[in-house]
This record gives sequence, structure tokens and C-alpha cells, in this order.
Amino acid sequence: MKTGIERREFLKLAGIGSVVFASGLMGMNGLGHAATPAQDDFFFVQMSDTHWGFNNPAVNPEAGTTLQKAVAAVNALARQPDFIIFTGDLTHTTDDEQVRRKRLGEFREIVGALKVKNVRFMPGEHDAGLDNGKAYQELFGETHYAFEHKGVHFIVLDNVSNPGSTIGDAQLQWFAAELGKIDKKAPLVIFTHRPLFDLAPDWDWHTRDGAKALEMLKPFTNNVTVFYGHIHQVNHHEADGIKHNSAMGLMYPLPAPGSVPIKAPLPWTPSQPFKGLGFRGVDAGKDRAYALTEYPLKGE
Amino acid sequence: MRGITIPLLVALLFAVCTVAMTASPALAQQDEQVVTVTAKQYEFSPQTITVKKGTPVVLELTSLDRLHGFSCPALKLRSDIPPGKTTTVRFVPDKVGTFPFHCDNFCGSGHEHMIGTITVTE
Repeated sequence: MKTGIERREFLKLAGIGSVVFASGLMGMNGLGHAATPAQDDFFFVQMSDTHWGFNNPAVNPEAGTTLQKAVAAVNALARQPDFIIFTGDLTHTTDDEQVRRKRLGEFREIVGALKVKNVRFMPGEHDAGLDNGKAYQELFGETHYAFEHKGVHFIVLDNVSNPGSTIGDAQLQWFAAELGKIDKKAPLVIFTHRPLFDLAPDWDWHTRDGAKALEMLKPFTNNVTVFYGHIHQVNHHEADGIKHNSAMGLMYPLPAPGSVPIKAPLPWTPSQPFKGLGFRGVDAGKDRAYALTEYPLKGE
Repeated sequence: MRGITIPLLVALLFAVCTVAMTASPALAQQDEQVVTVTAKQYEFSPQTITVKKGTPVVLELTSLDRLHGFSCPALKLRSDIPPGKTTTVRFVPDKVGTFPFHCDNFCGSGHEHMIGTITVTE
């Protein structure tokens, strides 16, 4: 059994410089949480938007090795995570089906070097938006699925294989059925690529039928956390008791939502290589608190 | 003579009514601003659309290659643009300003550059 304090010590041991207990963010009382025993705590890593195949030296002159550096950084963690999840855009868009398969295969080979073998994937629109996920499914299997880990329910939703950025009625029916199996008081984590809420509709940073999924989650209020990618930066949002947390990308950062007319990738900063890139560790437990730790990519 | 005049008047009256009924929509359409917009990978043409507040607008959207989308969230407009047909979107601008629109059906490597603006003037 670990207490919150022990968890903090664990994170220090893991070599994490800035431990952020996001209890306020998560709607929890930090002190109360720290005093609450939490059984079966665990640690997982979210990696996102690796965009293997991206090629623009002005944005990332080290695009050919950034993914490998991220894999090495995760492997170098003093304490390895229980599992790793990639939240989409594994590869960069190509209109050529053969190149798409080649990039997906290369991505799979590179991340095969991760020490942790419990690795889960989902597509982004760059992987699956042009062929309804066909190539992705050939290499990685289902685009939406559910699993459980130490008392926490995880559901992966696919809001990218339809080019119109919808979850779709069939998947929503499946989602409803999965939710029907879960205790409404149990902790629930949703992984998506695109935000389920309307973060920046002018930038297409939303899910066209995301409101339907969020409506289904209402009975789980205060138990639900969503981790997503797509926007290549950290963003926290809470509505109706549901916490939404985006992650940094691992190829190029993007501007803050709505801050500029065009959401072009931010240029490389020579004095600060890999600025804005990184992955995150999530310390999770049955107590529904998630300690988020951002690991900037240093390229070492 | 009189027997012929009355049916003639009735016929003329019917004809006038028929013209008036068909003319009404035509008059309404004259009040609309029709804007033709073509979409193709990865651009809209025109990219800037200027309309007047209060004047009904008809967007006639056509795709030259594949499925695109037209989305202008600020004006609550969106439509799929399938190739091979003209898709019509009608609206009456009720606020002045410049509002971005974009393709919202992922269409390829240049998808994110497929954007434009609607400017509504007084």
C-alpha cells in the first residue's frame, strides 16, 4: 500500500525534478488526497504526436532522430512505467498509401526498442484520416478498445478514422455498452487523439460529435479524466466534472489555441533544441488522483 | 363579343396571377448575394468572401477533386462538399466582422492550409 506521500517519494526516486501533484486540477483535495491510502497505484507514460516522416528542417532539423531520442528518454527513467500509450499521429500525413504503410512500419520498429512491452496505440488523423484507418488497423489492430489496469478503467476512442472528425454512431453504441459495464463510481480514463470538447473549432480542434460522448460520461462525473494529443502542447480544461488534459508532441509544437490566424508548427529554436517537445508520466491510482509529470525532451 | 371578352379577361387575370406567383421567388433571389466557391486540395477559391450584413447570402460550394468540408464556426455554417455536385448553404449575416472558415474533412497533407475568411460589412 502506498500513501500519497510515498507516491511523491517514488516520483523523486524516479528522477523527476518537478513533481506536480495535480490534485487541484483533478478536483481533489491535495492534502486530503495525500493522507488517503491509495492501493494499487501505478505509473504510465503518455507519448503523443510523434509524426514519424515529418520533414521540415526549419521546424525540426532533427526530425529523423527525435522519436528515437524520446524512446531513449523513456527507457532512461529510473522507474519504468506499467504501460505506455501513444495518443495518435504516430506518423505524418502522406497521400501515398505505400509510404503510409512504410512509415507506420518504421514507427513500430523504432518504438519496439522501448523497454516496456505493454505499449498501446491509437491513430491520429495523420495516420488514419485518408483511408478510414485501414493501414493503421493492418499494423496495429483495432482503433478503439477498452482495458483495465489495477482497478482503473481505460477506454480508447477513435475520433480520427472518419475524415469528418466524428466518433460515429456505431462506435458511440459500443462506447455506451462499455460504459454500461462500469461501476459509475469507479475511476475512468478516456484516451482520444482529438479533444472531445470544443477547444478551438476555428482550428478544427474539436470532435464533431464529441458532445454525444461527453453526455454519456455525465453519470461518471468527477470520476472521468481524458488524456488526448493533437494540439502538441499542454492544456488543461474542466467542464461538467470531467478533466481534459492534452500532451506535448514529439515532433513539433503548435501555437496556443486561437492565438494566431494559422496554426503552423512553431519554428525550431537553435538555442533551445527540442523546445516544447516531450512526454508525460501519469501517476494513477484508485483514488482517482493523477499526478502529471511533464518530461521535456532534451535530445540527449 | 361580350361572351368572348369575359373569358379573355379571366384568362388574362389567370396569366397575371401565374406570372406574379412565379415572379415572387425570382424577386427574392435577386435580393440574395450568390457566391460561388470551389474547393480542391488544398485551397478554397475565393479565399476571401465579402458580404453585407442583413443581405441573404447563398454559397454555392463545389469540390473539384474529393470530399472537402466547409466550416465557419463563428457564423454557425458547415457543410460537406462532395465532388460532382453543387452544395448550397444559405445564411443571413447578422454581425459585422471577419470570420475564418476552413475545410473540416481531413483531405490530405495540405489540409491544414485549406482556410479562408468571410468578411461581413455594414
